[in-house]
Amino acid sequence: MNKTLVNAAVVAALYIPMNASSAGSDDIAELKRMIEQMKQQHAQQLQALEYRVQRAEERAAAAEDTAQVTETKVAAVEQQVQAKPRSGDNSFNPAISLVLQGGFASYSQDPEDFHFAGMPLGGEAGLMDEGLALWETELTASANIDNLFFGQATLGLHTHDGEIELDVEEAFVDTLSLPAGLGLRFGRFYSSVGYLNEHHTHAWDFADAPLVYQAFLGGQYRDDGVRASWVAPLDSLYVELGAEALRGNAYPGGGNAGDFGAVRNLFAKVGGDIGQDSSWQVGVSHLNSDVSERSAGGHAHDHGGESPVFSGDSDLTVFDAVWKTSLGGNRALILQGEYLLRNEDGQVALSEGAGDASFIYDGEQEGWYLQGIFQFNRQWRAGLRYDRLSADNDLAMISNTTGEADDDIFEESGYQSSGDDPHRWTTMVDWSPSEFSRLRLQYARDDSREKTDDQLMLQYIMTLGAHGAHRY
Amino acid sequence: MHCNNRSLIGLLFGLLLVGTAQAKLNVFACEPEWAALVTELAGEQAEVFAATHAGQDPHHVQARPSLIARLRSADLAVCTGAELETGWMPMLQRRARNPRVLPGQPGYFAATGAVTLLEKPAALDRAEGDVHGEGNPHVQLDPRRMLEIAEALSARLQQIDAVNSTLYLRRWQDFAARWQVALARWQGVVAALRGKRVVVHHQEWVYLLDWLGVQRVGSLEPKPGIPPNMAHLAQLKQQSADLILLSPLNDKKPSDWLQSQMGIPAIVLPHTVGAVPGSDDLFSFFETIVKRITALGHA
Repeated sequence: MNKTLVNAAVVAALYIPMNASSAGSDDIAELKRMIEQMKQQHAQQLQALEYRVQRAEERAAAAEDTAQVTETKVAAVEQQVQAKPRSGDNSFNPAISLVLQGGFASYSQDPEDFHFAGMPLGGEAGLMDEGLALWETELTASANIDNLFFGQATLGLHTHDGEIELDVEEAFVDTLSLPAGLGLRFGRFYSSVGYLNEHHTHAWDFADAPLVYQAFLGGQYRDDGVRASWVAPLDSLYVELGAEALRGNAYPGGGNAGDFGAVRNLFAKVGGDIGQDSSWQVGVSHLNSDVSERSAGGHAHDHGGESPVFSGDSDLTVFDAVWKTSLGGNRALILQGEYLLRNEDGQVALSEGAGDASFIYDGEQEGWYLQGIFQFNRQWRAGLRYDRLSADNDLAMISNTTGEADDDIFEESGYQSSGDDPHRWTTMVDWSPSEFSRLRLQYARDDSREKTDDQLMLQYIMTLGAHGAHRY
Repeated sequence: MHCNNRSLIGLLFGLLLVGTAQAKLNVFACEPEWAALVTELAGEQAEVFAATHAGQDPHHVQARPSLIARLRSADLAVCTGAELETGWMPMLQRRARNPRVLPGQPGYFAATGAVTLLEKPAALDRAEGDVHGEGNPHVQLDPRRMLEIAEALSARLQQIDAVNSTLYLRRWQDFAARWQVALARWQGVVAALRGKRVVVHHQEWVYLLDWLGVQRVGSLEPKPGIPPNMAHLAQLKQQSADLILLSPLNDKKPSDWLQSQMGIPAIVLPHTVGAVPGSDDLFSFFETIVKRITALGHA
């Protein structure tokens, strides 16, 4: 634009002297007038041009300003987003929740005598204390440690034989940012064997564990170790494959093997949706334990002498399936079942007052449960569960210096199976006034022993603090 | 060591990833309104999956297996935030093995982070019901806030998919222009409602009422998330109000009762995109709200 102006001025300057040389005085006056006119015109044009330049510059500046404002706005928004507390927890403090569980239990048979013929109880298996009691008090803290790790610890307080026990139920670290869908977990955690095992007791749909969990997993199996798993990059089908190597400290692992990798677990889970309102998951897992001197008999057992100890191999295969469907208006149906198959092979040793005995034990045991939960509305649910177990054990005496007959030793050891399959029917109703509180009434007719046990329970589950996301 | 592991893992799983490589942006939307917004802002460039549908309450969603699979391959997760999805999203984020969509990463966008929130409680006490510490999360019901969220979301799309940033910028400008025209029109229509008094079912309408300049005199739920009871309804009856508002998910019995007792209309409004027929995109969603609330409001 400036260039055009300069050109115009130059042309004008050349034009004027050329004409001036060949003209009279009138012409000169005329020319002067014309020159004045041209000067004025040029001045006006110049002004107009200058004005336009100024306007354009102003507009450009304004545009820049707007751009800057937008940029700062975006930056501010980004900052705001970045500054948001992770998952809504209290700034950088871990999410802390305290779960109070307790209740009232009544049995028509002696709960201290609870057992399954041929499948001695281990770990935490057994019935809740009779009468009004605290069942479990759990304190859980969890947080993303940084962008690479997530950590969670649960401390449990239990009353056991009138004494309070403090227990590190779980304390594990998960990786968050491994590539290609891989993840590692290390520390102490609930093994990914079966479906229910990884769920905390307060998230269970019944007050107690299925019989198969009592018999084969010591109530619920957790141990120290490492898990590696991989989630497949599929559009809508969830596939997770994983392997665990565990220390083998807890039942069904053996006593104090202290030998890392004594328990190994392989698992696969597949899940998806059916339509808009139904979802499913099936899983298979195989838990293999090298057992060294695992004392059985659990805490409900005491035959006077020392508990028998088992050394050998224990293989547990679990098939599990769950199906959940929403029926609209907060009504929902959940069907869930697991089938467990166990193979144990090895030697059992026991001491009586007079001497020792040891025998070969080859056990084939299986069991399953199937349960359905119907949710009437947001607050009320009812459920029905059926459990069944069976054992087929072969026992052969190796040595017996106790002075008792072999058959009596087999009988006392708890490893002798009987023809009667333990089974149980359970019904429950629970009421959850909010997401944080639940009261449950449960009745079970338990035919695990020779005589039917009528079991009545009233349970409360109260969650204080962090909301806590639940597993599927 | 680190490098070795990486290349090993790369070797092992590279093949599996090749099959799923996509030029399109994979977006996981926690709620239908954000799926609709992503569609407005990214069009064909995004493959959008909505984790919940209008018939589900986003407070109570299961961290179900298919959602883990969907989040596993997402480039961007667009959620409400402010603890609305606290019962399921953190679990999904931990289990999906996708570092891109973890909180604090560009691949996780919380709509409530882009606007100012109302009803931030001064004290947190669960005796007050299901309250959200950061404020009321139901921001999708204010068309002005929707525009602010759209601007921030477009900036995020431009950031994580820089190759296509001009496309997102163009779509944002187009959306903003159309939205401002629509907003001006809606504002003209709803101006008549200013100063009216309403009873709501759940406290999800606060942002809509804020936009309308309408006063909330009570809610059917005695505390957020706690179902209505007779004693509370009888108390509400004493209030003077012009309207009752509820969503299609709410139980109709309490509002029907109150409607007959107070002689004022109860209006079912879509709380999200697709909640009632003819509200399948963001424009028709607000169009439906404006139409329903003004048509019945004068009846």
